[in-house]
Amino acid sequence: MSAPERRLMEGSEAIAEAAIAAGCRFFAGYPMTPFTEVLECFAKRLPEEGGACINSESELEAIGQAWGAAATGARAATGSTGQGLSLMQESMSEITRAEIPIVIFNMARGQGDYYQATRGGGHGDYRHIVLAPQSVGEAVEITQLAFHLADKWRHPVVIYGDYLIAHTAEAVGIDRLDFGPLPDKDWAVDGSLGGTGRSRNVNPIGMEKGSKGIDPNRFWQNLADKEDEIAVAEQRFEAIDTEDAELLIVAFGTLARFARAAIRDLRAEGIRVGLFRPISLWPFPSAALRRAAEGCTRVAVLEQNAGQMIDDVQLSLLGSVPVVPIGGISTDAAGFGIGALLDSDLIAGRARDAHAGRPVPRGVVA
Amino acid sequence: MTDSNDPLRVIPTDAPPVGACRKTGDFVPPLTLMGEHDLCPGCGEPLALRQILDSIEDTGLGQKAIGVIGIGCYTALTSLMDIDLIQALHGRAPSVATGAKRMRPDELLFTLQGDGDMVNEGLQEVIHTAARGENVTCILLNNGVFGETGGHMTATTVLGQRTKNSIEGRDAGEHGYPILIGDLLARLQGTAYCARASVHDAKGVARTRRFLDRAFESQMKGQGFSFVEILTMCPTGWFIPTSEGPDYLDQELGAVHEVGELKKDGVLIED
Repeated sequence: MSAPERRLMEGSEAIAEAAIAAGCRFFAGYPMTPFTEVLECFAKRLPEEGGACINSESELEAIGQAWGAAATGARAATGSTGQGLSLMQESMSEITRAEIPIVIFNMARGQGDYYQATRGGGHGDYRHIVLAPQSVGEAVEITQLAFHLADKWRHPVVIYGDYLIAHTAEAVGIDRLDFGPLPDKDWAVDGSLGGTGRSRNVNPIGMEKGSKGIDPNRFWQNLADKEDEIAVAEQRFEAIDTEDAELLIVAFGTLARFARAAIRDLRAEGIRVGLFRPISLWPFPSAALRRAAEGCTRVAVLEQNAGQMIDDVQLSLLGSVPVVPIGGISTDAAGFGIGALLDSDLIAGRARDAHAGRPVPRGVVA
Repeated sequence: MTDSNDPLRVIPTDAPPVGACRKTGDFVPPLTLMGEHDLCPGCGEPLALRQILDSIEDTGLGQKAIGVIGIGCYTALTSLMDIDLIQALHGRAPSVATGAKRMRPDELLFTLQGDGDMVNEGLQEVIHTAARGENVTCILLNNGVFGETGGHMTATTVLGQRTKNSIEGRDAGEHGYPILIGDLLARLQGTAYCARASVHDAKGVARTRRFLDRAFESQMKGQGFSFVEILTMCPTGWFIPTSEGPDYLDQELGAVHEVGELKKDGVLIED
């Protein structure tokens, strides 16, 4: 197979094209910066591909429409910023329980939605898969992977992007990626089984046709068992220069790209520093992080918020290595997440302090 | 079948008589998995559901229908409905039906919602679905009360109606006015068919069936949004004896939410 033609594309367009290449035929959304252009691209492209894109009256409706489309077996997606995802949380929790594969794009305003993404803001016992690309190129691959994982596990997948992912233009080539075989969607509704005694009910409450009542304990436990399997099977990460590292930086998403540049400079100075980048935020790659942190003097958590992922780092390391935060709240005047922390020199300075055991400034990074 | 010359037939006594002692649960209507339900005596919802399923079966859409179900007492009926279903969140059935219809344009897509579900929690969904002219049928089971929680005021509760949170009766000054949802939806351009029926007597049941047939026909012709509101009895939530349910519906709920067709083929039907 020849390599796909590479073209300069904004992230929003690349994501929409990648989704369409993966077979996505339905999208619904409501405009909100910096997600808006993702919706624009789907609105333009899906009708050309025989699909549908709905400009929903709210994020509540957007996720409902994607829910209905996905329940028929179509590959379907929705998205917003973290603010819009707040409105979708009730449905996201129910969709997880109804085991409907759906992809949800969060073009977040920075990294303050880490808890929302990984803990979920909805009710009940549930987790969903969260993937965080660091670049437009990786977003193209992760978007396609997300549809595959959603179908593989019958589970929602959130893609945690941001302003930089949505609005940076990179040269990317888009071809359909093959991640292997998937089970038939015999659970999906198509209307054909009415009156046969085998009709379906895609539902989030454990209702079964032909039997009265439900068994909530068994229903919830089945979901928990599946999530335990996902937690083992779907951990993804990247480790750079971790073998001999004295200081290990942990960072995700686009911020990790700035950390990568900082590490190159620090290595040139002879400072032994490495980068561990979780790609799946849930399941968090705990075992790999523990291995990467072996022999390190310190682990520095770089995140663009008041300190959220640091919880997962601490839970992974269980006190085996001292953990220090080197990021912080850092955004622009509009609050879209373009803060002073997105600076490899500044990050290198903070890493130098952390490596030397000096205190790293806390508070807003402006 | 018996001929007058045949000897008198003797019923064998070593086996139970055929056809005797049949229970209501032994009769299973089309597109139904069980003949009995767990809703209260005198409830109008199973009557309405029977009309819906019969209409789907008789119009030949039994293997082309997808229902999207809201949350209320009627949710319990999903276990006996033998058609493909998607269970939606409270209030969110119209958006779910929209997404499903866009991917399955040849199938009959309908929602089943109560008044609390459609007119309280999800009012904006049904309005926008109608305004888009979405080619789905929304069916409202309207009993003017949150039945599942035990009789609380909804947006369609009529003035004077006693509920657990309007204990002296719904008062316009304190609780506002009921929403006549059928009248509201009929006036939207995207609505092709709109009607209000009731199941409080045989005539009403027959009319319910007729309106459902027309709504489904409208959808299969691709006319746009169709809506059937069905007034149903809820003696439990109305705090009245079971036998008084039909009259209460007719005289109280029915006096405000008037039965009849409101729009046909995209044309408003004026009084």
